[in-house]
Amino acid sequence: MSGNAVEVRNVSKTFRVYHDRNQSIKATVLKGGRAKYEEFWALRDVSLDVQQGETFGLLGLNGSGKSTLLKCIAGILQPNTGTVASRGRMAAMLEVGSGFHPELTGRENIYLNAAILGMSDSEVDRKLDSMIEFAGVERFIDHPVKNYSSGMYVRLGFAVAIHTEPDLMLVDEVLAVGDKDFQAKCLQKFDDLKAEGKTVVVVSHSMGTMRTFCDRAAWLENGELQAVGTASDIVDRYTGEAERPVDLGDGIKRFGSGEVQFTDIELLREDGTPLDAVDPTRPVTVRLSFLAHEPIERPDFAISIRDAQQTAVFNITGHDREWLPERLPAGHGSVDIRIASLPVRAGGYHVVADVRAEGAEIPADKVWGAKRFGVNHGGHSTSGGTLYLPSGFESLRSGDDTATGTLRLMPS
Amino acid sequence: MSATAEPARSRSRRITLNLLKNLTLREIRSEYKRTMLGRVWSLINPLAQIAIYGLVFGLLFRAQPEPGINSGLHIFALWLGVGIVTWGFINIGIREAMQSFLGYQGLLKKVALPRWTLPASKVLARAATYLTEIAVVAVICGVLGGWEILLRIWMLVPLIALTTVFIYGVGLVLAIGIVYFRDIEHFWGILTQVFFYASGIMIPRNVIETVQVETLDAGGYTFLGGPVPLLALFEANPIYQFLTAYRRVLYDFAFPEWQTLLSLTLWAAGTLIVGLFVYSRYQARIVEEL
Repeated sequence: MSGNAVEVRNVSKTFRVYHDRNQSIKATVLKGGRAKYEEFWALRDVSLDVQQGETFGLLGLNGSGKSTLLKCIAGILQPNTGTVASRGRMAAMLEVGSGFHPELTGRENIYLNAAILGMSDSEVDRKLDSMIEFAGVERFIDHPVKNYSSGMYVRLGFAVAIHTEPDLMLVDEVLAVGDKDFQAKCLQKFDDLKAEGKTVVVVSHSMGTMRTFCDRAAWLENGELQAVGTASDIVDRYTGEAERPVDLGDGIKRFGSGEVQFTDIELLREDGTPLDAVDPTRPVTVRLSFLAHEPIERPDFAISIRDAQQTAVFNITGHDREWLPERLPAGHGSVDIRIASLPVRAGGYHVVADVRAEGAEIPADKVWGAKRFGVNHGGHSTSGGTLYLPSGFESLRSGDDTATGTLRLMPS
Repeated sequence: MSATAEPARSRSRRITLNLLKNLTLREIRSEYKRTMLGRVWSLINPLAQIAIYGLVFGLLFRAQPEPGINSGLHIFALWLGVGIVTWGFINIGIREAMQSFLGYQGLLKKVALPRWTLPASKVLARAATYLTEIAVVAVICGVLGGWEILLRIWMLVPLIALTTVFIYGVGLVLAIGIVYFRDIEHFWGILTQVFFYASGIMIPRNVIETVQVETLDAGGYTFLGGPVPLLALFEANPIYQFLTAYRRVLYDFAFPEWQTLLSLTLWAAGTLIVGLFVYSRYQARIVEEL
């Protein structure tokens, strides 16, 4: 299994759904067998590979089997048929703080929780300070954890789990713990793991997390594998499928309840003339023209500018800017969004436009790919990166006998 | 390949033992948390039990065991003490092992770990408590009966080991069983009461013998065509045998009879084998049944 951290082969898993869950001997004797049940297929013939060093997302609605699959990989559940193979040290973060005892101190619980996750005491001895610091509970480490705030409790659990330094990490929705600072710290730690070539398998409902965090993803529905591919592709297909957009041809897709519909999307220069190639140093205005078939209250306009990989390089919504007109009456109209400059690297981009009544689940109209445009700046191109920044090389000095700076990075 | 497989296995064994140690410490540490007297309670508890049962059965019912063989001890409360403390170990040990998978269900649903360590940690924590309790009883026996107790006290080591294995074997079967049939817990509660009297904790063997000879045999009662085998049943009970063995060491200052030791070894090995068989066969599915 060279190159693969996890191999899932034809895995099926059924659960028994009891009609009359009656765990008693009497019922067993009377009914001649245990209580009546139905088989529920949580996973049906799922096969996939997770490569060494990649971050892999599992996507799907509640009950689609993604958590079951994660538990099968973790070894908590055993598949009815098929095999799951993984290699390297594995840590499953399906819950943080597993096995914490409320009466024991933070320190005692660290050793306990670490042992449950497969660490030895000597390993904990070495990492103890780092864990405590990561969790930010220095002052309370010798207090019973029942006195901890829920945030401290979760942070301590997370700190222990992340310090197992696994080769393969399974994560179930625990990225959403703690306050903003702590989340940033966690994401940083995950990035470190990725940089070290560790494998991460994550279940998340957050499409944003999936798109930016994962390299590849799999999409499950009713226990069956729908697709495996790059994370942004899968997220697009998943969100697209969930919303069932209409394909208008030419790569343009539309979805919405239809009270308002976009009639055109244009990019304009400062003087109001349309353009198709954007200079990253110049201002640009996005004009959304629309027809309101019915009036809607407090319309929330939004655009997202995406690159060829479907990564959003720029988002703006009326809600974020608190720009919500009271009412959009029936009839034609347009809205301009002024962008002082769009300093992104040369390449092809497109605009996704969205309008909906404030807080509505379903947009009145959402259009993908209706405006495609290029960005370039007089032959200035970069071989990577995200941004265009006016920049250049300057003044080379060489052949000197003495150094200009310190020799901090030279081994002495 | 085999060069890397071997360290991996010894590493995973070390990890598992470390887990067992930490789980056991969790039980021991949390038992007397938030009490003022702390571990002193594990000394007070057996003393209080000995006093209560000694008063009730020694004074009111006037039960009398045979005097200790080498020690010459003739103190009912001490004879009772050995039994009551050992019974507590066996009874509570089995019950806690039985409830371990249910009690740890939150953990079992979220973490993959060697599940047998959970009942094992409960039994080991109980064994640790038992060590202090039996030490208290042994000290009293020594003070009252003489230094000769030291000659054979080492016999406690294999005895406690056998008891622990026996408790673990029974507890493991019940721990798995209770996940599938919750009734077992209540059924076991009744069975425990039966065994409390059937294990000779405060009923000396000579009382049973008297009943066997004077009432059953003399009265001509029959069971399936033969005489009622009350005494034989009483003596076949492994818990009675355990209690007898401990009393031989601590009350009589003598070695247990070799037949008793052989029987206890077989009981311990038998329950362990059955326990491990049931465990290996049914443990994979318990997470779904919890």
